[in-house]
Amino acid sequence: MLRTWRQRITLTDIFIWVIGLVIAGAVIWGTISTLRLHLYTPSIWLDLTIKGLALGGVYALIAMGYTMVYGILKMINFAHSEVFMSGPFTAVYVAMGLAKSGMLNKQPIISMAIIAVVSMGVSAGVALLLERICYRPLRNAPRLVPLITAIGASFFLQYTFRGLFGSGSFGYPAIKALQQYWTVAGTHIYKTQVVVIAGAVMMMLVLFGIVQWTKIGKAMRAVSEDKEAAELMGINVDRIIVFTFGLGGASAGAAGVLYTFLFPVVNFYMGFIPSIKAFTAAVLGGIGNVPGAFLGAIILGLLESVGPNLFLTGLGIPSPSQLKDAIAFIVLVLILIFRPTGILGERISKDKA
Amino acid sequence: MNIESSIWKKALQNGLIGGVISLLLGLVGMVSALGTTYLISGVITMGQVLVLAPFLFESYSSMRHIPSKNPLTLLAVGGLTGLMGGAVIAVVVGFGKVVDFRAVLINASPVLFALWTFGLPLLPGVLVLLALALITGLIAAGFSLLPVRIRGALSMAILIVLALGLFRDLIVTVIVHWGFMQYAFLWIFAQVGMTIPGALVAFLIVGALVYWRSGVNQKAVTQRRTPRQQRAIRWGTWGVLAIIVLLLPVVLGMYFSEILDDVGIYILMGLGLNIVVGFAGLLDLGYVAFYAIGAYTLGVLTTTEAVGLLHLSFWGAVPLALVVAVFAGVVLGLPILRLRGDYLAIVTLGFGEIIRILVLSDWFAPLLGGSEGIQRIGHPTIGTLVLANQQQLFYVILAGIILTGFIATRLKDSHLGRSWMALREDEDVAEAMGINKVITKLLAFGMGALFSGLGGALFATKVGSAYPQSFSFIVSINILSLIIIGGLGSIPGVFVGGLVLVGLPLVLSQFADFVYFIYGASLIFMMLSRPEGLWPEARRRLELRGEESGPSPQEAPQTVMKNPGH
Repeated sequence: MLRTWRQRITLTDIFIWVIGLVIAGAVIWGTISTLRLHLYTPSIWLDLTIKGLALGGVYALIAMGYTMVYGILKMINFAHSEVFMSGPFTAVYVAMGLAKSGMLNKQPIISMAIIAVVSMGVSAGVALLLERICYRPLRNAPRLVPLITAIGASFFLQYTFRGLFGSGSFGYPAIKALQQYWTVAGTHIYKTQVVVIAGAVMMMLVLFGIVQWTKIGKAMRAVSEDKEAAELMGINVDRIIVFTFGLGGASAGAAGVLYTFLFPVVNFYMGFIPSIKAFTAAVLGGIGNVPGAFLGAIILGLLESVGPNLFLTGLGIPSPSQLKDAIAFIVLVLILIFRPTGILGERISKDKA
Repeated sequence: MNIESSIWKKALQNGLIGGVISLLLGLVGMVSALGTTYLISGVITMGQVLVLAPFLFESYSSMRHIPSKNPLTLLAVGGLTGLMGGAVIAVVVGFGKVVDFRAVLINASPVLFALWTFGLPLLPGVLVLLALALITGLIAAGFSLLPVRIRGALSMAILIVLALGLFRDLIVTVIVHWGFMQYAFLWIFAQVGMTIPGALVAFLIVGALVYWRSGVNQKAVTQRRTPRQQRAIRWGTWGVLAIIVLLLPVVLGMYFSEILDDVGIYILMGLGLNIVVGFAGLLDLGYVAFYAIGAYTLGVLTTTEAVGLLHLSFWGAVPLALVVAVFAGVVLGLPILRLRGDYLAIVTLGFGEIIRILVLSDWFAPLLGGSEGIQRIGHPTIGTLVLANQQQLFYVILAGIILTGFIATRLKDSHLGRSWMALREDEDVAEAMGINKVITKLLAFGMGALFSGLGGALFATKVGSAYPQSFSFIVSINILSLIIIGGLGSIPGVFVGGLVLVGLPLVLSQFADFVYFIYGASLIFMMLSRPEGLWPEARRRLELRGEESGPSPQEAPQTVMKNPGH
C-alpha cells in the first residue's frame, strides 16, 4: 500500500461522510431544538424510556435467533420472522383456552408459564422444520440460494398461517393481574412492561449461560469459529446446527409471547416489522455476538421509542411517531455503511457476507 | 435384504409426506375454494386434483429409489405410497367426526370434509378416498413402467386437458371472436371446464401429436434445411408472434387486457431487476422503492389535482420520473455497494420500507397526498388521441418492454455485461482484472432503478392514481420470484416467469387468495430442485448443475451449444 492518502480516499468515501455528517447534524440540531421547545415533561420521557426498554427486550430475544444462526451458518435466516410469529399465534390459542376455563385469571403466573412454554415449543418446532426442509439440503449451495429459499419459506409460512387460522387479527385475552400499574414520578409503569423487561432479561441470561458455560454452548462457539476444525475435534456439526435453530426458535417464541403483552393483536403478517428491527439490533450489536445482540436491541428499542420525539419534533416534522419504523431502518443502513462489524463485533462481516 | 426393507420404509415416508401436503392444501382452504371448479364437467374438479396430486407426485418419486425394475415391486411400492397418503387424510376425517377442528382451523369446514369423502357418508367415503389414493399410487407406478415416448405423450396430453379445463373462460373469450369457426371448438367446453367428449378428443389429439413429434429427430430436420430456409422460418416465427402480440388486447377484450397490462409491467420490471440480480448478482429487495419513486414523480408532475407540481404532460414527465429514479438509485447505491450478498439484500429492503413510510407520513402529505395518495394522473397522448383505456395502454407498455428487452439483450453480452458477470462470480478477481467495481455495480443498480421507475410511471398512468399501499415489500418479492422462477439471468425466463406468476393468478381468480402461498412454496421448491429456473440461462445452468455433481460429459457440450451468444 504505497498510495498516498489522497489516492486512498475515493469519491464514495467523501459522499458517505457527507451523508453521515448531514444526518448527525440533523439529529443534534433536532435534539437541541426539541429540548428548547419544552414540549414534553420529564414524565413523558420516562414513559418513553420504559416503553423503549420493554421493546428492546423483545427485540433482543428475536435477535438471538438471527445472531446465533448467522454465527454458525453465516446466513440470514430470513424466515425467522415467521418463527417469531408462530409464537404469538400459539399463545393466543392457549390463552383463549385458559381464559375459557377461567384459569387465566385465577392462576396468572402458572398460566403465563404454560403459555410461554407451549409457544416456545411451537416456535422451536417451526425453526427445526425450516432447518430440516429448507436449509439443510442447501448447505453447500451458492450464497443466494438459501437466502431466496428463506424468503420463500417466510411467505409460505405467513400464508399457511393465514390459510389455517384466518386473515383477521386476534385479540389477546386480557390478564387482569397484569393490568395494574405503579405511579413513579408521575408516570404509569404497567406491570406488563415490568414483566416483559424481567422476562427478557431472564431469558437472555439463560441463553447467555447456555452459550457460555455449557458443553453444547462451547461446541456452538467452536462451530461458529471454524466448522471444519470443530468437526475434526469430534463435534457433531449437524446436531449443533439443529440445537442452534431450536434455541433461536424458542427464544423467538418467548419474544412473541412478551410482544403480545405489549401489543395484544396477533395476525399473520405481524412478524415482518419486529423481526427486521431485531435483525437491525443484531447487526448493531455485532452479528454473531450474544451480548452484542442484547446491547443493540436495547439501543434500538430506545432509539425507536424516544428517537422520533427527541430528534424530529425540533425539526418541525408533523406526527414524528409515524416515522419510528423509518428510524430503525435508517439505523440499519447507517450501521452497515459505517461500522458493519457492529458495536461489539470483531469479525468483518464485509468479507464474509 | 437391507435395500428391500428400506424401499418400503421410503414408500411409507413418501406417502406420509404426500398425505401431509394434501392435508395442508385442504386446511389452508385451497381444496374447498376450488371444490366446484370443474375441469371436466361432472367428472373431476380442481379441488379433487389437489387432494390426489400430492399422492401421485410422491408415489412417482418413490419409484426413483427402487433399484429393481420388477413391475410387481414397483406397483406395490406405488400403491403403498398412495395408500399411506390416503390414510393420513382418512385419519383426519375420522377425527373430524369426533373433535371439532373448526374452533382453531377455520377451513376445516363441513364442505372440506364432504370433498374429502366425495360427498358420501363417513365409512364409504373414507373407503372411496383410500381406494382412489391407492389407484393414484398404482397409476404413478404404472406410469414409470411405460416407455419414455409414451410417457411423454401421456403426461403432455393430461397437462393440456387440465389446462384447457382450467382456462376455459379465457379460451372461450378468445374463440367467440372467430365467427362461425367458434362452433368447431366451443362444443369441447361446458359451462365450467370441458365436456367429457371434448376432453377425450383433446386428450387423443394432443397425445397423438406429441407421440408423433417425439419420434421425429428435430436436429436432423433442422440440419437438412438450407441456411436461407432456416432464416425464413425464424423470421416467419417472429412475424407471427409479433402479429399475435399486437392483436392480443383486441382479441382478449377489456378485462383480460387489464391483466395483460399488469403482466406487462411486471415483465418490464423483471427485465430491469434481472440486470441487477441476474447479471450483476446484487440481491435487491428494495426494488419497489424505485417503482414508487417513478410512480409518484409521474403522479406529482402530471396530476390535475391541487397537490401536483408543474402539471406536465405524460411524455414530458416520464423522462423526469426516470431521472429521479436513477438519481435515487445512485444515491442509495454509492454507499451500500461495498456490502455483499445478504447485507445488501437487507439494506435495500430497509430502503424500500423507508420510502414507503415517508410517502405515507404526514410530513410528505402536502406533496404526496399521504395515505390518500395522488389521483387523476395524466395519460399518454398521441396527437389528439388520449391513450386512457387498458387496451390502448397495452401498446405503450409493450413499447416499454421492447425497449427494455432490447437494452437488456444487448447489454448481456457486451463488455459491461461481462464485467457484471465477472463481479457476480468473484469480486476480488474481477477487480484484479481491472474492472472498476464501484462504477460497474452502480451502472447495474442505476439501470435497474431506471426500468423500475419506468414500470412505476406506467403503473401510475395505467391505474390513474398512486397509493402508498401499492408499493409494499410484496411487490419486490413478486418481481424477485418471477425472475427466479423464470431463471436468473435469462431474458426469456422473465417472460415465462411473468406469465406464470403474475398472469396465471390473475386469470385464475379462484387462486387469488393463495397466490403468496404458492409463490412461497414454488420459491422453496425451485431452489431445492431446479435452482436454474424454468427457462435457464445456459451458463448458469452449467454452473449450478456443475457445482452439484460436475457436468456430465453428455450434458456439458449441449448447454454450451444452446448459448446464443456464441
